[in-house]
Amino acid sequence: MQTLLFLILFPILVACLLLFVKRTTLRYAVVALSALVIGGASIYLLMRYAFEGAVYFAAPSEAVSLAMVAIEMGLALFIVYMGAKFRNYLAIVLAVVQAALVVYLETTFSENLHAVNNLFIDQFSIIMGLIIGIIGSLIAVYAVRYMETYHHHHPEVRDRQKMFFFVIFIFLAAMFGLVFSNNLMWVFFFWEITTITSFLLIGYSETEEATKNAFLALVMNLLGGVAFVVALIFLAATEATSGGIDLARVLASSDAAIVLIPAVLIGFAGITKAALMPFSSWLLGAMVAPTPVSALLHSSTMVKAGVYILVRFSPVFAGTFAGFSIGLVGGVTFVVASAIAISQSNAKRVLAYSTIANLGLIAACAGVGTHMLVWAAILLIVFHAVAKSLLFLGTGAIEHRVGSRDIEDMEGLIVRMPRMAVMMFIGIAGMFLAPFGMLISKWAAIEAFVQVPFGLVFIALLAYGSAITVFFWAKWMGKLIAVTRNQEKVEKGFFEEPWAPLYIITGLVVATVLLFPVISSTLIEPYVLAIYGVTARLAEANVAIMLLMMALLLILPVSFTLFRRSAKHLPAYMSGRTATTDLQFTGSLGLTREAQTRNYYLAEYFGEAKLFLPGAVVCTVLILASWVLAGVAL
Amino acid sequence: MTWTWLIGAVLFLVLAPVIGGLIAGIDRRITARMQGRVGPPILQPFYDVGKLFEKESVVVTTAQNFYILAYLIFIALSGALFFAGGDLLLIIFAFTLAHVFLVLGAYAVHSPYSHIGAERELIQLMAYEPMIILAAVGLYMITNSFYVVDIAVSTVPAILYLPGVFLGFATILTIKLRKSPFDISTSHHAHQEIVKGITTEFSGSTLAQVEIAHWYENVFLLGFIYLFFAWNPVIGIIAVVVTYLAEIFIDNVTARVRWQAALKSGWLAAVLGLVNLAILSYMMLGGA
Repeated sequence: MQTLLFLILFPILVACLLLFVKRTTLRYAVVALSALVIGGASIYLLMRYAFEGAVYFAAPSEAVSLAMVAIEMGLALFIVYMGAKFRNYLAIVLAVVQAALVVYLETTFSENLHAVNNLFIDQFSIIMGLIIGIIGSLIAVYAVRYMETYHHHHPEVRDRQKMFFFVIFIFLAAMFGLVFSNNLMWVFFFWEITTITSFLLIGYSETEEATKNAFLALVMNLLGGVAFVVALIFLAATEATSGGIDLARVLASSDAAIVLIPAVLIGFAGITKAALMPFSSWLLGAMVAPTPVSALLHSSTMVKAGVYILVRFSPVFAGTFAGFSIGLVGGVTFVVASAIAISQSNAKRVLAYSTIANLGLIAACAGVGTHMLVWAAILLIVFHAVAKSLLFLGTGAIEHRVGSRDIEDMEGLIVRMPRMAVMMFIGIAGMFLAPFGMLISKWAAIEAFVQVPFGLVFIALLAYGSAITVFFWAKWMGKLIAVTRNQEKVEKGFFEEPWAPLYIITGLVVATVLLFPVISSTLIEPYVLAIYGVTARLAEANVAIMLLMMALLLILPVSFTLFRRSAKHLPAYMSGRTATTDLQFTGSLGLTREAQTRNYYLAEYFGEAKLFLPGAVVCTVLILASWVLAGVAL
Repeated sequence: MTWTWLIGAVLFLVLAPVIGGLIAGIDRRITARMQGRVGPPILQPFYDVGKLFEKESVVVTTAQNFYILAYLIFIALSGALFFAGGDLLLIIFAFTLAHVFLVLGAYAVHSPYSHIGAERELIQLMAYEPMIILAAVGLYMITNSFYVVDIAVSTVPAILYLPGVFLGFATILTIKLRKSPFDISTSHHAHQEIVKGITTEFSGSTLAQVEIAHWYENVFLLGFIYLFFAWNPVIGIIAVVVTYLAEIFIDNVTARVRWQAALKSGWLAAVLGLVNLAILSYMMLGGA
């Protein structure tokens, strides 16, 4: 238990310390050291508890719970204050409603609000812990130098780095708390903390757009928060049969119909946090935040809290129409968000849409909730966290050197920033190509959906969605590796972010593929086995083939040495009017003109304007349907 | 017993270029006859490829060789997996990986013509991918296995259950064989284009590798067609021949369409497949 408490409390300590650190070098030392400690502790957690199954801890309750309520009230006041300051009355209303519901819950059902065990750890929590502890703290390290450069590029933004890193570490603590809590009241508390931290970090630059988007994220997440409290009230009121606020008891409850209602409500909170449609707009807006924030909160960890809770509840969803409906919200989001990603040329927006799409896919797996799908969902969480954080950090580093986050401006990155381009290449490959991680999960999902009644709907969504995914990733890859002529290397800039986090995460992308049989057999399979009594895995022969493919991919670059460098080089074909080797041609009137290549974005067919509304409407209907279906089941 | 899969793979790796080349030769002959020409000798594709290997090595960028080599290797690998009786989904993913390498090769050279070819090749990929996955799922629903080895020995006449899936697959086969009306990224025919789309900047032995990869690919695809008729080998082989002849015919009577039409056709083919599968799963649920 000490390790769990340490992982929750230590980041808070560091956060407070960072409030007093002004110099970048000192801050870097503090952050790097704590990252090492947090990462080490989460690995210790793995070694200590990986083979023990679910372990529960009583942990102190009374005083802590009281403190949590007090903090929640304080946060509600803070939101009211901010809402009044920026005239966002919807945020005030939601905060007040939520606070009122919490008070109602605490006063009316106070005797039902006890969990036997407040903390717990099982293999799924270990996986989440590793993602937060390793990926999260690496991003924090990266952020130190990034923010320094950021302020150099944006002198107009008020330097609030002390607050920034305070919030980042509070966030890490909250994420650990969220995945280690067995008491749903605690889960809710940490849930709300992540909402607030997200609000603060999106609004960091204090521009009008940033503030607006911060409130958008806040309002949507508060909406989920309200649903969460209602679920808690329902659970407390039906404590005898549902198991109250004790997560383990709720999941083990024999009265499936009673538990389904809070599950769907908490699932709704998960949908808002994971920014599935129709709530996807807040995640897009969140891209105004500095890039490490996008990497940490809005792709690899916080939004994962949304799908984490969905996966936790997937045994409840399994086999119900309500769960199927939630799964469809995810499935539709997967296709629509992927399709919109085709039309985007801003790298961060492409990453955001792809994140939404993948969260949708995870939600689809969790909602339908058979053992194979839960296995695939957890695998997706792992692979996505690793590959996507790399892509975000990479985009940030590129932006600081190239001066743009537009994919078109990344043309020829292989010439200008070779190492960066290779890392981005690996990251993108990790998102959609065999034998990399995401593809393994999609494959497993297809195999699993085939065996589910009406699973054909999901197969269709997956088939189209995967095809679309290939298109927008491959064209980005193509831009990166175009060998442009006569361009300089800009890999070394004047302010360098440390690239160590990037190298490590790139290594992790490859390592997760090589180690995935081990990850599966030591962590995911035991978890699935414990819940469903059966487990899933890929056939050994297929795993062997995947490893063979990976080995081939690692060896193939050696072939570069085989090609004769002396081979005759010619300029690209320019219809016989080539002027110079870098795509200049002799135009009319004897003028030399430049040819440019641009990717297809097909906005007319896949644009936001065309697809967002239908997608949002379908998903809203499906969410409402999940409520009705859960009600009917009762 | 455990070695039979290896035999399939090795036979494919050795024989597929020969068979693929012969098919290409016969294809050219039949096409010529349809156009009222005599046509080249059956072995002409081999002469062509042989000559390409003797050409001087000319590149725009050295990297292009790497991507094309990877393309060839992964096409051969996915075909070998298929004839070794492997998992259809894995084969499809390896196949996609291979094509992404071809596209990347075309991007790497940074040339206007091959760039457009690459974009159009990606659109083709997006057009056929849903249907090819659905075809695998359809065969699974009939035979309860994704493994080619199980599907191939199944005694169920898959085609009778999957007519829509088969038609959909035949549609995207036109895309895959680079035949009109869907040869939007590059064509075998000079009348469609003078600059060769995605392969514009490839020459000599690199272009030869693209050609050989295409032979491998065609044999693999015809193998896929065979799976629909696998319960009776004789009918299976006849069906493969008839399908290919039909593709040649369509190739010669149609002109290239715009990419929008290609994408729509591919996706509508998948809808056809889906309807087929929906009816099938309804029947299997005991509805009829």
